[in-house]
Amino acid sequence: MGKRDYSLLGADGKRAVESGLTAAEWYHSDVPRKVMKDLMARSDGPAIRDTVTLCGCMILFAGIGITLWPSWWSAPFWLAYGVLYGSASDSRWHECGHGTAFKTPWMNNVVYEIASFMIMRNSATWRWSHARHHSETYLVGRDPEIAVMRPPEVAKLVLNFFGIMDVIAFFPRILSNAVSGPTAEERTYVPHNEWGKVQRVAIIHVATYGATVGLAVWMGSILPLMVIGLPRMYGAWHHVMTGLLQHGGLADNVIDHRLNSRTVYMNPISRFIYWNMNYHVEHHMFPMVPYHALPRLHEAIRDDLPPPNRSIAEAFREMWPAIRRQVLNEDYYVRRALPPTAKPYREDLHQYVPGVTQPGAAE
Amino acid sequence: MPWIDACSRDDIDVEDLIRWDHAGQTFAIYRSPEGEFYATAGLCTHENVHLCDGLVMGHLIECPKHNGQFDYRTGEARRTPACVNLRTFPVKIEGDRVFVELA
Ligand code: FES
Repeated sequence: MGKRDYSLLGADGKRAVESGLTAAEWYHSDVPRKVMKDLMARSDGPAIRDTVTLCGCMILFAGIGITLWPSWWSAPFWLAYGVLYGSASDSRWHECGHGTAFKTPWMNNVVYEIASFMIMRNSATWRWSHARHHSETYLVGRDPEIAVMRPPEVAKLVLNFFGIMDVIAFFPRILSNAVSGPTAEERTYVPHNEWGKVQRVAIIHVATYGATVGLAVWMGSILPLMVIGLPRMYGAWHHVMTGLLQHGGLADNVIDHRLNSRTVYMNPISRFIYWNMNYHVEHHMFPMVPYHALPRLHEAIRDDLPPPNRSIAEAFREMWPAIRRQVLNEDYYVRRALPPTAKPYREDLHQYVPGVTQPGAAE
Repeated sequence: MPWIDACSRDDIDVEDLIRWDHAGQTFAIYRSPEGEFYATAGLCTHENVHLCDGLVMGHLIECPKHNGQFDYRTGEARRTPACVNLRTFPVKIEGDRVFVELA
């Protein structure tokens, strides 16, 4: 098959539209309406508790780091602060962007804006890119949030554990947004009436980074950047580790989240940082279910899903070899067996898309 | 236009909705927390997803796909990515039945 074209303005994106793939109805496990209503119910309590815990820990760790600076004794505290800043912000951005973390809308919005700043995403564009990611998950040329493009560039994936590729991509983009609003690609998924907001958010981000750099120059120290900016790099590893597991090594151009998403059982600390997004098949199938109800949703539909990976390490043992094989054979993907209780995979439509993966190509 | 007999009052739980299909069109019929009934077009204005699997919270319906929200009493889009208002239809109750006026 031909090489994948991930450009949102490219040939594969056009083919996905023309073939009807983008308009197809995705598979959903059956959940009785009453059970689903209960799972979707919103509350502020869990997210307030977690947000207070997160902010308290960040203030504590940064405070100790600043107090011990520039001694190496400060390093463990920066590492802990960095993971909360550079990784927990990713899941807060995500859940509050969906509007499901808190029941109260302004709480979602405040946390969303702050988390977007920390994770270096323009809050006004990424809301829309994530909507597309949900409508057209891992459809080549349509989904703007494909973390592992095939053939994978392993060196770039490794560099991103330190946020390097993301940060390199962020600054030119946010400067461009600040000067002229959304880029041409962003204009394919951000509606026209939001373009002004894209620019306003970008100006605030640029001004804040400018002030932080200015303070660092004035102090003759990188300490201000240890608090704002750099933790997006030295604390990125956890969100990259968990983010790769979401879809890495699995199918693309399918309309069944059981084929392209991965649920992984994780330790409680990772689940706090990741806000339960380890239940990723469940989240994609039912994005209205708040993070705190995902374990219950998992129990409700697990018989219809491929067995979850039992740990982060086990999931990497499944994903990493698949990514390495995709370097030489970009059509390869891991296809997990379903339990006998599950409905069969939906793969009726994508078989007819020209130029993209045929499921039978997998081994 | 005629009033169409759509469903019985008890078909819809309080603070919930059901799907109703009629003459090749699809609708959503709601029962508010106060027990009032309302009807809108069935498909979200963002990406044609049916609202019947969504969540009613007070007077808002949240779309199951991207969590866009509408006020189902007026059809007003209240949360992105939903930006275009939903069409609404008059509803009346006669006895145990819910009637929707289709324009
Ligand atoms: S389809 Fe309803 S918000 Fe996107």
